[in-house]
Amino acid sequence: MATQSIQPSQGVRKKVGLSEAAKRTERIAWLFLAPTIVVVLAVAAYPLFSTIYATFFEAKLGSAKAWEYVGISNYTRLLSNSGWWEAVWNTIRFTLGSVFFELVLGLGIAVVVNSKFPGRGLMRTSMLVPWAIPTAVSSQMWKWMYHDVFGVVNDFFTRIIPILPQKIAWVASDATALPALVAVDVWKTTPFMALLLLAGLQLIPADVYEAASVDGATGWRQFMTITLPLLRPAIVVALIFRTLDSLRVFDIIWIMTSGAFRTESMATFNQRQLIQFQKLGYGSTVSVAIFVVIGIFVVFYMTTIFKEEV
Amino acid sequence: MVGGRRSTLMNVLFWVIVLFIILYTIFPFYWAIVSSLTPPSDLFNTPVHYFPEHPTVKAYGTVFRNETFRRALLNSAFVSITTVLISLVIGSFGAYALGRLKFRGRTLVLYTVLAMTMFPAIAILGSLFTMVRTLGIYNTPWALILTYMTFTLPFTVWVLTNFFQSLPLELEQAAYVDGATTLQTFYMILLPLTAPGLVTTGLLAFINAWNEFLYALTFTINDSARTAPVALALFSGEQQFEIPWADIMAAAVVVTVPLVILVLIFQRRLVEGLTAGAVKG
Repeated sequence: MATQSIQPSQGVRKKVGLSEAAKRTERIAWLFLAPTIVVVLAVAAYPLFSTIYATFFEAKLGSAKAWEYVGISNYTRLLSNSGWWEAVWNTIRFTLGSVFFELVLGLGIAVVVNSKFPGRGLMRTSMLVPWAIPTAVSSQMWKWMYHDVFGVVNDFFTRIIPILPQKIAWVASDATALPALVAVDVWKTTPFMALLLLAGLQLIPADVYEAASVDGATGWRQFMTITLPLLRPAIVVALIFRTLDSLRVFDIIWIMTSGAFRTESMATFNQRQLIQFQKLGYGSTVSVAIFVVIGIFVVFYMTTIFKEEV
Repeated sequence: MVGGRRSTLMNVLFWVIVLFIILYTIFPFYWAIVSSLTPPSDLFNTPVHYFPEHPTVKAYGTVFRNETFRRALLNSAFVSITTVLISLVIGSFGAYALGRLKFRGRTLVLYTVLAMTMFPAIAILGSLFTMVRTLGIYNTPWALILTYMTFTLPFTVWVLTNFFQSLPLELEQAAYVDGATTLQTFYMILLPLTAPGLVTTGLLAFINAWNEFLYALTFTINDSARTAPVALALFSGEQQFEIPWADIMAAAVVVTVPLVILVLIFQRRLVEGLTAGAVKG
């Protein structure tokens, strides 16, 4: 483009100059992208390939000892490891639970915040705070709230609103640990969900509702027949983001239960194998398996929800 | 809720919901603050007091005198700020190319970047560990700055590309007519115009880096490089057998306050950036 505008008089060569300019633009584009590509290759692509490579070896983390080629035995061992399958199942339960409640609550919050009322700005700000603080911090805060003897949650449900006969060790029993962790995750990420949905809600023109009101549609009917269908794209995006995020859950579990009481997730299982047991080959196999599980979810979303979208 | 006719019952219900939402989001913070101000003797007492009866700031003194924690705050600040600056410099070049220039393979690069923002950090943990060891930066802030690029850089490129695309096309054309080169156009005209975008993106990347836990836990071994979230997770008091909850809550409040201030100041920007990064996909 530059050549063309600077030398407009060159008639026949104009066409050649254009493609020259286009080529030049292309070169510049790759030059501008080069630093990004170099960094991405170094810190993501290369480690990814070396992870896959390591799955075929018996190797100790941080050891200079030569790797021993073991074929696919890491994979067969992992597939017959009940601990791994339990971690997969826990992660899926965690994901389904937290994504479901986040969606329902997030939708409710988005609709409420979208309507005009005094204090709306304050509420929008207060929504952002749980999202902004480190998960490590919120996990510690909730761990204290869940304390079996002195925790405020137990006090609340046994004394203020006495619906529990006795205090519960929320994060130290098989039955309650995972739901308790889900509650923390929901608390932390619902605001994010609500913000994404709110952005979608604000794209719906107001006159659609006015027309519906004229036709006599009430609040609930408007919500079901207008809001939900029009909000679908935003819901799909939020759902995918949150599902993929939730499948990688690590911080909350590591801090609150260390994977005990049936809360071991795929990520905590992986970190344990890799770092604590220093099994580089086996741990890398777990990493690849996590990739596959997440991939299955992506394919599922693409083939079901996305397809209908297009 | 959208229509104009709202009965009293609906109104009451509406406000109950609003109240519940605010309570659910705010109460844990309230509780952290109350607990941090309560002397340990009262903290380990039933029934629970919902207001501190003998408020004291002793826990904050303990936290700030704690060498480990002070070090961790400095480490966090250094790691996050450095990561963000490097990401912004590298990322703004890449985003400019993706957002403003035509070239073959653009779509492929763009989707690779998007896919990478969803990359599971755990999947390359072992390889990164080996890399960090080989480079001799294990247990230093540089181990974290390097590895944080795996998520801050794709994120920065993605969000900034959106910002660049939103600028009107005439800008460069005018510059080219005046004989400016691509590089000049980039840093003299487009970059200043994306300043708000840079601030937003930088803030979001900063929050991501400040909050990161898995890499910070794995690539450090002691106080010299640990960041605040890890220090907080491993917080242990002077007494060995009793968990110092008042101190932990004080530390939690200290780590949270800067983020709350950032959120309050940049609320609108953050919401814009978050939704632009996600919805435009």
